[in-house]
Amino acid sequence: MTLWQRFKPRTGNLRLWQVGVLLVFLGLWQLASRDVQLAFFLGEPVKVAGRVWSWFLPWAVAPNVLFPDGLSGNADIYRHLGTTLLETFLAFGIGTVLGLACGLWLALSPLASAILDPYIKAANAMPRVILAPIFAMWFGLGIWSKVALAVTLVFFIVFFNVYQGVREVSPVVLSNARMLGANQRQLLRTVYLPSATAWVFSSLHTSVGLAFVGAVVGEYLGSARGVGYLILQAEGTFDVNTVFAGIVVLTAFALLLDGLVGRIERRLMKWQPRQGETEKL
Amino acid sequence: MTAGYALELLGITCTFAAPGGGPSYTAVADTTLRVAAGEFVSVVGPTGCGKSTLLNVGAGLLVPSAGEVCVFGEPLRGLNRRAGYMFQTEALLPWRSALDNVMLGLQYRGVPDAQARAQAQDWLARVGLAGFGDRYPHQLSGGMRKRTALAQTLALDPDIILMDEPFSALDIQTRQLMEDEVLELWAAKKKAVLFITHDLDEAIAMSDRVVVLSAGPATRPMGEFSIDLPRPRNVAEVRATPRFIELHTQIWGVLREEVLKGYQQQLKKVA
Repeated sequence: MTLWQRFKPRTGNLRLWQVGVLLVFLGLWQLASRDVQLAFFLGEPVKVAGRVWSWFLPWAVAPNVLFPDGLSGNADIYRHLGTTLLETFLAFGIGTVLGLACGLWLALSPLASAILDPYIKAANAMPRVILAPIFAMWFGLGIWSKVALAVTLVFFIVFFNVYQGVREVSPVVLSNARMLGANQRQLLRTVYLPSATAWVFSSLHTSVGLAFVGAVVGEYLGSARGVGYLILQAEGTFDVNTVFAGIVVLTAFALLLDGLVGRIERRLMKWQPRQGETEKL
Repeated sequence: MTAGYALELLGITCTFAAPGGGPSYTAVADTTLRVAAGEFVSVVGPTGCGKSTLLNVGAGLLVPSAGEVCVFGEPLRGLNRRAGYMFQTEALLPWRSALDNVMLGLQYRGVPDAQARAQAQDWLARVGLAGFGDRYPHQLSGGMRKRTALAQTLALDPDIILMDEPFSALDIQTRQLMEDEVLELWAAKKKAVLFITHDLDEAIAMSDRVVVLSAGPATRPMGEFSIDLPRPRNVAEVRATPRFIELHTQIWGVLREEVLKGYQQQLKKVA
């Protein structure tokens, strides 16, 4: 009774419980994988961890209880990871710039927007992953076919947010800026663009995530390097542990990117009110 | 030419087409309103009577269906470049600090940044916000935002100041403080002011002249009253003087009926 009261979940030991859930999950998984047939499909957490070690660290491990064959310290994932991240950043950058430009243009030109409206809706509704083979034909198996695929994912997120952002500029703010003497270019720079960027930032988590997804899916469908390529190779040889290791690495980096975006967002969006914000005097 | 008018609205009619092709709505009908240079004119009227419409016409933001606007004798084309407009609702850019907001108009005019910054700082100090330049609008109270907006408008030194119920969202104490501040700033520069309000007390306490508008639709001026209270005035104290009460009774006699009419019409609209 007293023991339960000590370890009862509460805000203080939340972290402990979170780690506990993970350990229980890994333990059950490891237990299940003692069955050789199940292990073929499910993989083994220890082997997954060993795979991640070999990928990232240059130190070999001698054979021991956990790893009867020992571990080689290859440190050979960086080339692949670098490729995937490069594709992600390129796609995110290009997609954002294109989305921003097109969004601003269409939002400020009602005629163009009215004409192109059905096509934009159609392009957005299209399952764009299907474009991957076409991009592979156009841009080859290098990074650019992956960048192109990810750009199509990022573009629409940014585009719709910018479009919305410009449309939602308060008419009073706009009239005020005009009465203060803003010409069309100054309006764009001081009113439309900041308003649109605010919306872009609010969608940054989604768009960075999608850039990453686009890059990995592109690699998975045909490439010569990248984390998606590693996963594809492992699947080809039924090496389920490596597939899981790839998934773990991708998840970790997706979380890392998300955290990075959160930091940038907080720094650039400090003008936006947050709930219950008080200021130190 | 000493008796020159800063702003003349001559025979203004504003008819709005109803969305979906219904009957059109005439907000303002054949209204003539003149503001002399250096004069403080208030326009009072029941809610929804088209006061803001008139002000937007004076600013050049709205082109009237009929009638003409003259600014210092010249017919107005496009925006009124000699006017500053203080809006009823929030008009500050939320992504700019108070100081950057006050600088905005100066930057638009191409004033070098350092000079614009110095002038803006000066204006912030004048509205009592010297230490708040680096705050964003959401970090300021409602009264402080209004002061920032006031500084933003006045920093350009406009010859005509248009104000659309600028203090209607403020509590009564802040409001009286702001009214006194505006009067002080106005007395120093003697600009033409066209002040829209639904608060008769505020109108009498601040103005040289009060114009009463009829209830909408097809609003017209119903009466004009010269306010001969001595200046400088303190808006809280002047309310207790016998002359103020006399004027208030006089104007309220005209306004009362219009307010009731306006209220009835709003009820009818809902029904």
